[in-house]
Amino acid sequence: MQRSDYLLSQLDVLEAESIQIIREVAAEFERPVLLFSGGKDSIVMLRLAQKAFWPAPVPFPVMHVDTGHNFPEVIEYRDRRVAEVGVRLVVASVQESIDAGRVVEETGRRASRNRLQTTTLLDAIEEHRFDAAFGGARRDEEKARAKERVVSFRDEFGQWDPKNQRPELWNLYNTRIRQGEHVRVFPLSNWTELDIWDYVRREELELPSIYFAHSRRVFERDGMLLADISYANRGDDEPAFEATVRYRTVGDASCTGAVKSAAATLDEVIEEIAATRITERGQTRADDRASEAAMEDRKKEGYF
Amino acid sequence: MEATAPSPAAASGKQMDILRFATAGSVDDGKSTLIGRLLFDSKSIFEDQLESVERTSADRGEEYTNLALLTDGLRAEREQGITIDVAYRYFATPRRKFIIADTPGHIQYTRNMVTGASTADLAIILVDARKGILEQSRRHAFLTTLLKVPHLVVAVNKMDLVGYDREVYERIVDEFTAFASKLEVTDLTFVPLSALHGDNVVERSVNMPWYEGPSLLHHLEHVHIASDRNLIDVRFPVQYVIRPHASTDPELHDYRGYAGQVAGGVLKPGDEVVHLPSGLTTTITHIDGPNGPVDEAFPPMSVTLRLADEIDISRGDMIARPNNRPESAQDLDAMVCWMTPDRPLSPRMKLVLKHTTRTAKAMVKTLNYRLDVNTLHRDESAPSLGLNEIGRVSLRVTQPLFVDDYGRNRLTGGFILIDEATNNTVGAGMILGAK
Repeated sequence: MQRSDYLLSQLDVLEAESIQIIREVAAEFERPVLLFSGGKDSIVMLRLAQKAFWPAPVPFPVMHVDTGHNFPEVIEYRDRRVAEVGVRLVVASVQESIDAGRVVEETGRRASRNRLQTTTLLDAIEEHRFDAAFGGARRDEEKARAKERVVSFRDEFGQWDPKNQRPELWNLYNTRIRQGEHVRVFPLSNWTELDIWDYVRREELELPSIYFAHSRRVFERDGMLLADISYANRGDDEPAFEATVRYRTVGDASCTGAVKSAAATLDEVIEEIAATRITERGQTRADDRASEAAMEDRKKEGYF
Repeated sequence: MEATAPSPAAASGKQMDILRFATAGSVDDGKSTLIGRLLFDSKSIFEDQLESVERTSADRGEEYTNLALLTDGLRAEREQGITIDVAYRYFATPRRKFIIADTPGHIQYTRNMVTGASTADLAIILVDARKGILEQSRRHAFLTTLLKVPHLVVAVNKMDLVGYDREVYERIVDEFTAFASKLEVTDLTFVPLSALHGDNVVERSVNMPWYEGPSLLHHLEHVHIASDRNLIDVRFPVQYVIRPHASTDPELHDYRGYAGQVAGGVLKPGDEVVHLPSGLTTTITHIDGPNGPVDEAFPPMSVTLRLADEIDISRGDMIARPNNRPESAQDLDAMVCWMTPDRPLSPRMKLVLKHTTRTAKAMVKTLNYRLDVNTLHRDESAPSLGLNEIGRVSLRVTQPLFVDDYGRNRLTGGFILIDEATNNTVGAGMILGAK
């Protein structure tokens, strides 16, 4: 293809920027890891990592922080994808953290393992001596994330200090840390939800089936549709019913909401996303609804 | 296992490009309101975000929905009503995708403005029509030109509060134009607007029929940025060497590729190139892009070069053209913005310098002068640079860097300084006087 005008589409520019970030981190850190949940953002990130080093294999493992509250379709997808790409999978289990007494399970109807993941994640980073963890977070997702650096420093307790971040200029990233500290790296910082979907379409990437319309037993809580699975703790006053839904984000099954949708194909999903008037986290994440600063507070503790 | 190429990606349907712009101004100038307005009127604000902002506004007893609350993301920012850090915002129109680096305008946050401007194609400086050009406006204009942001827009805001008076606007235009003549401003545009009411933000205002220019958004959608890149001087900093030697595929056994992001010029297979520091010349045989082989590479593409001859090439090296090389320098002159309150920059100080993909130790030889960013006065007796101060500095580095004048190439002319004691990024440098 002849490009006499030297123009790139926005997806090409974003792809080039993400690949530059991934290569930089692989070059400057000793033990990076890519956080892979089987959600669309981490699927895109893994594809970018493949491209960054092709034809060589991805030079770092992937890690899934497993709450134990999973959608079976996502776990099935995760294992298949990891095998196709040929990367090593590390599973960090929240259940093991609970069994080992590192964290205490929340009680009550709204008990969630969302917050417990932070301890499991930080323990795994320490155990495997990872010094850089790629995350799929995007700045358009949430206002605390809008202020986060691409290469974001974490102290020896895994904490983020939003008021004391390293300035990031041009495409130069400060990768210097001391023993016991690490960085979180966000190669998708400048991507929007729609960019992710456009890229999934362009790359013909397979996604877990729950992203597309399907029939499911759900119940309503706080204006969201939650899957009727044992760990969602459905109460007697929360009647379950059959609905045609899809998931806009993939998180802990006990607190990730489905949306009513008939969009069964990628094109239909993209059309729906382009027209939606509600953010993905606002629509589907109970964990963000706790307060104005719910994400900021969790991030400071070391959350994704 | 994957096939030989990572994807059969078809060409993207949409040929939208990206405009990155920085906004400078304080909350008082209505900067957050302007950004809120751009997001709101381009339908990039979602209902749940708006509801949250409306609720908070109402709780505070504010008369209008305070769109500034959309951009102030951190708890401390909302509590104090100030913007602490650079925030990045996204919106798109059918013509372009926009990335906003929203930088705080207070004097103590010069470093944030410098950070936001470093990657910007365009900067918007907000001026309050009632107050005119302030010291802060001059500072923002100077920083924009120091960072070589190619396009500058002066948004004269709050025109509603001066009765949409043409004379007020023209006085500000004249005053700013006179000041800008002392700076190297390449493209300067003025727009009179009211961010609060939306005049000239997305739609042309009916309240200012005397203004014949485009609305701000129209300008952002149409400003020509493709020529801002340096497509003349080939600069390819080697970032990562790709050698899949463990592969069982015999074809890949001898694969040796040099990965990086093109920082300047256009590279093509068959081109003769020079490797620095060795000075050896060779020829590009293949260029592998993210979606397979390409017949040319230009900024900002991330590609992998394969070369005809086996040369010892590693990360931190540079590939250029034999008759157009960057300067190989161990002594640098640069404008440095100091970004830490921990300790001032002063002669004899030792730092770590990161430039392209190369990191070296550096020592401050001399501080030639400190620049007053408001008056442009040069203080040659200044002993040091404190937080948010800017000065001309001479540095000595332990190994040669392959540099260009910052004005010629922002990627091969810029560097960061890191304090080895804290590992913090403490300074940003723009190289001057390279050949």
